[in-house]
Amino acid sequence: MTDTLRRFFDSDVWWSFTRSPITMLSAIVALICILGALFAPWIAPHNPFDLASLNLLDAFKPPAWTEEGERAYLLGTDDQGRDVLSAIMYGARVSLLVGLSATLFATTLGVTLGLLAGYLGGKLDALLMRICDVQLTFPSILVALLIDGVVRAALPREVHDQIALFVVIFAIGISEWPKFARTVRGSTMVERNKEYVQAARVIGVSPPRIMLSHVLPNVLGPVLVIATLNLGLAILSEATLSFLGVGVPATQPSLGTLIRIGNDFLFSGEWWITIFPGVTLIAMVLSVNLLGDWLRDALNPKLR
Amino acid sequence: MFAFIISRILQALPVMLTVALISFAMFAYVGDPVAIMLGQDFTEAQRQALVKDLGLDQPFWVQFGTFIGNAVQGEFGLSYRLSRPVSDLIAERAPATLELALTAAIVALLIGVPMGVYTGLYRNSWLSRFFLTFSLVGVSLPTFLIGILLILVFAVWLGWLPSFGRGDTVKLGWWSTGFLTWTGIKALILPSITLGLFQLTLIMRLVRAEMLEVLRTDYIKFARARGLPNRAVHFGHALKNTLVPVITIVGLQLGAIIAFAIVTETVFQWPGMGLLFIQSVNQADIPVMAAYLLLISALFVSINLIVDLLYYAVDPRLRIGRGQGAH
Amino acid sequence: MSGQNPLLEVRHLRVEFPTRRGTLVAIDDVSFTISAGEVLGVVGESGAGKSMTGAAIIGLLEPPGRIAAGEILLDGRRIDNLRYEDMRRIRGKEIGAIFQDPLTTLNPLYTVGRQLAETMTTHLPITPAEARKRAIGWLDLVGIPAAAQRIDSYPHEFSGGMRQRVVIALALCAEPRLIVADEPTTALDVSIQAQIIALLKSLAREKGTAMMLVTHDMGVIAETADRVAVMYAGRIAEIGPVRNVVKQASHPYTVGLMGSIPPLDRRVERLAQIDGAMPRLSAIPKGCAYNPRCPKVFARCREDRPDLLPAGATQAACWLYAGEAKTHG
Repeated sequence: MTDTLRRFFDSDVWWSFTRSPITMLSAIVALICILGALFAPWIAPHNPFDLASLNLLDAFKPPAWTEEGERAYLLGTDDQGRDVLSAIMYGARVSLLVGLSATLFATTLGVTLGLLAGYLGGKLDALLMRICDVQLTFPSILVALLIDGVVRAALPREVHDQIALFVVIFAIGISEWPKFARTVRGSTMVERNKEYVQAARVIGVSPPRIMLSHVLPNVLGPVLVIATLNLGLAILSEATLSFLGVGVPATQPSLGTLIRIGNDFLFSGEWWITIFPGVTLIAMVLSVNLLGDWLRDALNPKLR
Repeated sequence: MFAFIISRILQALPVMLTVALISFAMFAYVGDPVAIMLGQDFTEAQRQALVKDLGLDQPFWVQFGTFIGNAVQGEFGLSYRLSRPVSDLIAERAPATLELALTAAIVALLIGVPMGVYTGLYRNSWLSRFFLTFSLVGVSLPTFLIGILLILVFAVWLGWLPSFGRGDTVKLGWWSTGFLTWTGIKALILPSITLGLFQLTLIMRLVRAEMLEVLRTDYIKFARARGLPNRAVHFGHALKNTLVPVITIVGLQLGAIIAFAIVTETVFQWPGMGLLFIQSVNQADIPVMAAYLLLISALFVSINLIVDLLYYAVDPRLRIGRGQGAH
Repeated sequence: MSGQNPLLEVRHLRVEFPTRRGTLVAIDDVSFTISAGEVLGVVGESGAGKSMTGAAIIGLLEPPGRIAAGEILLDGRRIDNLRYEDMRRIRGKEIGAIFQDPLTTLNPLYTVGRQLAETMTTHLPITPAEARKRAIGWLDLVGIPAAAQRIDSYPHEFSGGMRQRVVIALALCAEPRLIVADEPTTALDVSIQAQIIALLKSLAREKGTAMMLVTHDMGVIAETADRVAVMYAGRIAEIGPVRNVVKQASHPYTVGLMGSIPPLDRRVERLAQIDGAMPRLSAIPKGCAYNPRCPKVFARCREDRPDLLPAGATQAACWLYAGEAKTHG
């Protein structure tokens, strides 16, 4: 273990990390977002979902540093009198949860199908790649919107509201899997023809075993890069769906939902209700994207 | 050339058929169109009549055939929500979306390609670093937030530009254009920047990446070794080779622009197809969703076809059947 | 004047690559000359610095590689410190280049005729129509059948050997006085290699073009070169007339290298081979870089680095000839 750690700190990846202030900053911002979201119930100054503590008299309070602001509400309050900072922390929780789950779903699905297609080839490969082609013709947000719309139409409203979170995760995950499948398939086909895999086959190692223990480790690098970059995209997709009013249910507002709610008050001058969740979203996605970019460069020295 | 087009159309057909099948399945099996169309009070006889009228008693493939036949003629039935023919709704809204998407695409291309070339050629200059940072912010900014920020600054604070609608439009036959009036053009500015910014940054990053890739190739080194001027090496040899992949992605991005128009239209209350679609998704208005899906796919397939043709024009390696081949 | 000066003179050339783990010296104190019309062969293992020497001469070292010391003179004029634009006018016009892989050296999107014509109009005061006429002439000269018809063909419509002929035409079409040919036959079929070498040799002779022929193929060198430089770990191990280097090599490395070539005139039971491998640039040993592998190594080889010393008809960087230098000097 210590050996692994020592090797990590001696590696090019770590070296390039310490040499890039922007990357380190992104890591810190991402960490703050994740910790803030994770521990929201314990560290948020207010509980925005506790209806008893809400008071409409507190509505539309501007941020604390303005003239009419109150110390209790650092980033102001919204139309319901909810503390914007707390709402952001809870909202980031939902955004991250959906983003991570959707990415995990897309990664698992894409890697599995990509491995199968690349290793087995033949009709399965042709079929899967055809599906990829068709799906990649359409922007992923459109695919997600469509899946969400169809599920919405197929299920009664009450049922839908209960499982809306899963629907969004499913919709975004489905819309992103082809990228993973394509990459993994390509690398798998290369790996499959390498001598060590041929040798494993000759001595009778079973195909699932070859794929898991020989091929998979070799395609993980690119998968990690795509997954990181995809996380930013998935968070954005969720925010977009929620902004359009078809994403997560109103009872679990994500950052996108908060922005949509705040958008209604933009013209009356209550800009903080929409801008602060927006800035949080940007910070989160930007830091994740910067980390993904750095990871891609660090793992691919030839692109530097 | 002709055979090439035919083969590409044949390849596109399965895609269109798949999409049509999905549209039809949505149409036929999601929700109960009969119940929705009849409303609360109806007799069994009325229901039977409507089922027969809609052809719902026919076998699946016959229904599908009828659906395709109607779709080809632009007939998609009535919107559940608005009780008007879907084709009319879309015809009303299409010009707004297409004008917005076109403007955004032109903005993205005219600014994105030169920025990409510049950052690829002078990768270490401070301006390149600035462009790159800007592009990363652009990629990370969700479309709707760009719209909101632009509205906040230019509509709410400065009051220079309108924040919603198309302004005055002029009718040219059935097409209504906003290009010909001052308010129409002013109304177009913020939405088209909003919609184009993401694509602009994407195109810039793509052109840069391709440019770097191409500049490393042997034929570029050889072109330098032959003493060709930088202008010829960069804008002749390198840029032309960069174009091949760029055309593909830009074509796909044109599709993305139309898809993201949904978001932009929502932010700016732009009366286009996207707004119509999102309202339909919200209200489970299946006929409109199905029609939109089919229309968008037809559009994407045509864009892909054009992309393939451009590809063909740029890359001689695709023009088989010329010369004698290898000796 | 130019009769006195060699056409190309490389003096104490040193090329460095700054890396995160310190600076690598890829070429260290390399000096040689090429006279007008002369063919200098440069041989050595991969990574010995042959190709990089060529790249340094045409001024196209890949960053972060850079010339850290030394001079390169063309006709007595320094060219290693020229501005990009001035050096560009020399490339193609004074010094032509031929690369290794003809499949990747031609731009796939332009016809061969266009690539030839643009090279000529860049360097010669001729009209596009004249350039096209000459392009056909060049294609014909390098042995492309039906040149007038093939001029508007794209590179992918030619085979590998034909493409290398086109590359040769491109390198020669502005009539440079020196050609830097970097492994011009390595990527080709064995059956075609001889044809391409014969073509290069006859064209160089016909046009009076000098050539620096980088290769790891001793057969090609023996056939083509007037003189030969043997490179090892970024330095010249031995340099001299081709006959002497091949037949009576002085440096133990050259001896080993020649021993590894199967002779055509007699049977041998077993080819000699050099034990070990050339050191990496980051781990060049103290003293003579060859000392860990040298069969004749002695104490001084492990301490001091030898410079080129007269050794019979050639010059060798080897302490074995230190005494000889004394008696002669």
